[in-house]
Amino acid sequence: MSVLQALDIGLAFLVFAVAAWTIFARGGFAATVGYVVYGLLLSLVWIRLFAVDVALTEAAIGSGVTGVLLIGAAARLRGAETEADEKSLRGLPRLFIAGLCVLVALALAAVVLLFPDSGPSLAPQAMRHLPETGLGNPVTAVLIAYRAFDTMLEKAVLVLAVVGVWSLAADRYWGGAPGEARAERPEPTLAFLAQVLAPLGILVGIHIFWVGADEPGGAFQGGAILAAMWMIVMMARLTEAPRTSAFWLRLALVAGPLVFLIAGVGGAIFAGRFFAYPPGFAKPAILFIEAFMVLSIAVALPMLVAGPPRREPRADRSR
Amino acid sequence: MTSATLAGLVGAALVGLGLYGLIANPQPLRKILAFNVMGSGVFLVFGIVARKGAAAGLPSDPVPQAMVITGIVVAFAASALAVALVLRLFEETGRATLSPDAWTKPSGEGAEAE
Repeated sequence: MSVLQALDIGLAFLVFAVAAWTIFARGGFAATVGYVVYGLLLSLVWIRLFAVDVALTEAAIGSGVTGVLLIGAAARLRGAETEADEKSLRGLPRLFIAGLCVLVALALAAVVLLFPDSGPSLAPQAMRHLPETGLGNPVTAVLIAYRAFDTMLEKAVLVLAVVGVWSLAADRYWGGAPGEARAERPEPTLAFLAQVLAPLGILVGIHIFWVGADEPGGAFQGGAILAAMWMIVMMARLTEAPRTSAFWLRLALVAGPLVFLIAGVGGAIFAGRFFAYPPGFAKPAILFIEAFMVLSIAVALPMLVAGPPRREPRADRSR
Repeated sequence: MTSATLAGLVGAALVGLGLYGLIANPQPLRKILAFNVMGSGVFLVFGIVARKGAAAGLPSDPVPQAMVITGIVVAFAASALAVALVLRLFEETGRATLSPDAWTKPSGEGAEAE
């Protein structure tokens, strides 16, 4: 058994054990912390599958931003949990469910084992047309060129999710800012971390977006890192969340899907097909669209984590 | 066994674990966690489709990879909306429970099972 094989097996056990902890841990907070660790371990598995782009996304969004969201929620729900008005299933029904879930897992495992060694693949087509896009990273080409429509709609999903979260606000808070007011004195440790980390992180985020054209990386990963930097600065209370009625905020949110859609319509006019890029002009067009997607992602993720507005739109300055 | 097959098997096990948590855990936040575990299991199974479809000199088929990236982002958006709903429920009622009896009985009476 080689070192890598041993690593794979160890990693597999570790991922499974941490996932089991997330499901079976007693407290919600402990389970949530387990989930963050689980996400990071999972990105290692993705690296072992040679899917570095996915690994970056999993680490940044699946573990990082989701982790902040869930830990924040778990901390606020801590009091609710001790109240034991939950009847958890016992005995036979529980066993029955466990049996069914084991069956589902076994069926999937059988499918995994029965996969043919070289399945059908679109990789040759993706590579053949790669020079036409001017990109070097086939994953980015799939996202922004071959399956552009999917990606545009997915940006629309992010905007819809933000609208959904905002609409959970009480009537009087509509248009106000989420979260608490900026502190008189920011938390010193966090503020130091934010001051050191944020400038570097912003550079890293932009770099990841820029190299995404040719290397692993791209709009999602870069945008998520920028989002994380904004979240750190907000958590350190160096700045506060903007009012949700702010025009610039709403514009930044829809800029990604909007520019994407306009480019798609432009393709119909100039290149003869909806979402087609004119030959020789594909790479600049793709990077232009991606830049606005990065902006939208960097704004949408912190807004989703910040939750619905909790302050009145007028009163938040005087407090 | 290759590392891809091993990852696929882990994915299958994660789907089972997540499904169990989704059904058996009563607290809504735990259900969201379990749902995410289940989702990442599905992504992993899809990931080995990508690895097995490696062709044209690539270590991994880019199409499933791109779809998993899209999936991770959409899963996050759905989780954020679900968390916002749970927190709103908690703010309104002081409890975060999905139990239908919780609204007819006074607080703390449903605890006989423990």
